[in-house]
Amino acid sequence: MTTAVHPYIESLLSGTRELPRTPHAWLDERRGAALERANALSVPTTRDEEWRFTDLSQLTRLQLRAGGGPVNLAAAALAPCIVPEAGARLVFVDGVYAPALSTAGDEASGVRVAPLAEALQSEVRCVEANLARLARFEHNVFAALNTAHLRDGAVVVVPKGAACRKPVHVLNVATQGGIAAYPRCLVVAESGAECTVIEEYFALTEDAYFTNAVAEIALAPGARLRHIKLQRENGRGFHIATCAVSVAKDASYISQTVSLGARLSRYDLSVALNGEGASAEIDGLALISGRQLADTHTLIDHAQPNGRSTQLHKTIVDGAAHAVFSGKIFVRPGAQLTDSSQQSRNLLLSDKATVDTKPQLEIFADDVKCAHGATVGQLDAEQLFYLMSRGLPERAARNLLTYAFGAAVIERIPVRSVVMRLEQAVMAQTGAST
Amino acid sequence: MTTDKGKPLLEVRGLTANVSGVQILKGIDLTIRAGETHAIMGPNGSGKSTFAKALAGHPAYQITGGTVLFEGKDLFSIEAEERARAGVFLGFQYPVEIPGVSNSAFLRLAYNTVHGARGKEELDPLEFDDFIREKLKLLDMDPAFLDRSVNEGFSGGEKKRNEILQLAVLEPKLAILDETDSGLDIDALRVVSGGVNSMRRADNAFVLVTHYQRLLNYIVPDYVHVMDSGRIVKTGGKELALELESRGYDWVVDEYKATHGVALAR
Repeated sequence: MTTAVHPYIESLLSGTRELPRTPHAWLDERRGAALERANALSVPTTRDEEWRFTDLSQLTRLQLRAGGGPVNLAAAALAPCIVPEAGARLVFVDGVYAPALSTAGDEASGVRVAPLAEALQSEVRCVEANLARLARFEHNVFAALNTAHLRDGAVVVVPKGAACRKPVHVLNVATQGGIAAYPRCLVVAESGAECTVIEEYFALTEDAYFTNAVAEIALAPGARLRHIKLQRENGRGFHIATCAVSVAKDASYISQTVSLGARLSRYDLSVALNGEGASAEIDGLALISGRQLADTHTLIDHAQPNGRSTQLHKTIVDGAAHAVFSGKIFVRPGAQLTDSSQQSRNLLLSDKATVDTKPQLEIFADDVKCAHGATVGQLDAEQLFYLMSRGLPERAARNLLTYAFGAAVIERIPVRSVVMRLEQAVMAQTGAST
Repeated sequence: MTTDKGKPLLEVRGLTANVSGVQILKGIDLTIRAGETHAIMGPNGSGKSTFAKALAGHPAYQITGGTVLFEGKDLFSIEAEERARAGVFLGFQYPVEIPGVSNSAFLRLAYNTVHGARGKEELDPLEFDDFIREKLKLLDMDPAFLDRSVNEGFSGGEKKRNEILQLAVLEPKLAILDETDSGLDIDALRVVSGGVNSMRRADNAFVLVTHYQRLLNYIVPDYVHVMDSGRIVKTGGKELALELESRGYDWVVDEYKATHGVALAR
C-alpha cells in the first residue's frame, strides 16, 4: 500500500486499510479506487482556482480520528432537530448509524428507507448502480476520502410511481470533538416517483470536528425530488459536503440548502440534467457571522434540450465572516431551448464582512435563454427608516429586514416545523449580532 | 376655523434643515394645536416633503437650526422610532416596499411596539386579526392585503391606503400625510378621506401636504399654509386653497417678497 502524498490525508486514512472486506466485490473495488485517489490527491490550497477563497489550513491543523464507537445518545437529545412531519428518520451519530434513534417508517408510506448495510441486501442492484458512481472522486479529495471510508450511510429508494407524502429525514449529529465523520446518503427516485428528503447536520458538542459528507441522488424519468439540506454544525466545526445529482428526462430536482453553522463550510453541488426536459430549482441561503466562512460551489450541467434551471443563492454576512459563491451553468452543444436563470444576492451587515461571488455561464448551444446576476448590498436605509417611523427600534427593524432577505429561501421549504425552526435560528443569529 | 383653541401639539420655531449639505428649510414657524387640521401647499421643491420627513426623523435630513416642541418636549432629542411611539406619524409620499415581511406581521409588530409603549396590552395574532379586519373595512381594503409583503407590488393607490391603514392602527396624536392624494383615483380619494375624517378628534391633529385643492374638498382644513423656498409664505383658511387653485402660487410669493423684502431663491 502506498502512502498518501499529503501527511494530513495520510492521517485521515489511517484505519481505512483495515476496513473489512464486504461480500460485494464491486463495493470493495470502489473503495479501493477511492483510497488510491485519496492517496494521490493533495489537500487543496488557495492556489487552486476552485479553492481560491477557502483556506483549509485550519482544518489540516486539526487532530482527527474516525468515529466508529457504539452510539450512546439519549433520544431526548435530538429534540432540537426532530421533524414531526417526517415519515422516516435515519440518525447517524458521529458518522455511525444509530438504529435505536431511527425509525424506518412503513412500506405504505411509499418509500424504502434503510441504512446502507441493510440496503446492500434488500436493494443491492439499485445501490450498486449508483453508489460511489454519481459522486466522482477522481479529482475531489474529500469525496475520495469519504468513499474510502464508506461503511455506513442512508439509502432512500422511492419506487416507480410512488408519491411519498411525508419527508424522509436523514439526521447527522456530531457529539464529540476530534472526530472525522463521513456521512453518506444515496437517494434513488424511480420513474414518476416523488419524495422530499431532509439532509440535516447538527451538533451536540461545542468542540471542533470535521464532517465530510457525500450525497448521491439519481432521478429516473419523470421523478420529482425535493432535497432540503440543513447545515447547523457548531461554530468550531468543519463541514465539507459533495452532492451529485443526475436528473433524467422530465424529472425535477428541487433543493433548498440552508447553511448556518460551521467555522468553515464548503458545499459542492453538481446537478446533471441528463435527459430532455429535465429541470432543477436550486436555492441556497448562508447566514454567517463572527469568523465563519461559507463556500458554495454549484454546477448545473444542461446536457440535453429543453432543460430548465433556476437558481437563487443568498448570503447574509455579518461580523468578519466571509461568504463565497461560485455558480457555473454549463450548456452543452445540442442542449437547445435551455432556459436558465441564476441569481446571487448578498447582504453584508458589517464593514468587515466579505463576499466573493462568481456566477459563470458557459454556453455551447445557440438557441438558449440564460440570465444571471449578482448583487452585493447592505440593508436598505429607506426600508429601515420606514420601519422605524412605525415605532420599531432600530435593532428590531434591522433583524426584520435581515430575516426578510433570507425568508425568500426559507419560506420555499414546504415543511412547517423546519421553516419555524429556521426562522428562530435566523432571528437568534441576527439578534445576537447587532 | 377652530375658535376653541386646543393645547399646542407641535410648535415649530425658526426650523432650518439641510439635505446633502444644501439648505432646504430656511426658517419655518408653525403651531399646530390638538383638534386642528392643517394643509401645507406649495410648488414642487418648496420644501414641503423635507419638512414632513425632518419632523419624522429621516436620517438624510440634518436639522441645522431652530426648535420643534412636540407636546412641549424637544422632538429632535428623540429618534425616529421614539417619535412614532410618542405619537408622530408620517404617511409617506412613496411608501417603501419590503419584500419578505408580511403586512400582517408588520402591522402587528408596529401596533404592539407603539401601543405597548403607551401602556396597552399586546395583541396576539388572533386578537390582532379581529382588530385589523375592522380597520380594513374602514378603508374598504381586501383582507388579502394582510398576507402580502409590505407594499410589494401594490399599486400607487393600494400603497396610500396601506399608509392610512397604518395610521388607523397606530392612532397617532399628530399625523403628517405627505401627498397622500397623489396616485389616488376619485373613488380611492373618497375612501381614504373618509377614513381620515373618521379619525379626526379633539385630541389629535392632521397635517396634509398636498399639491392639489381637490383633497381639501374631502378633508376640510382649518388652516392652509403656502410654502415656498423653504419658508411658509402665507397662511389662511380653507378658502385660500381655492384661491391658489385659480390663481397659482406666484401672487403669494410676490406678496411675501413685497412685505418681507427678501428674495426667495428657487
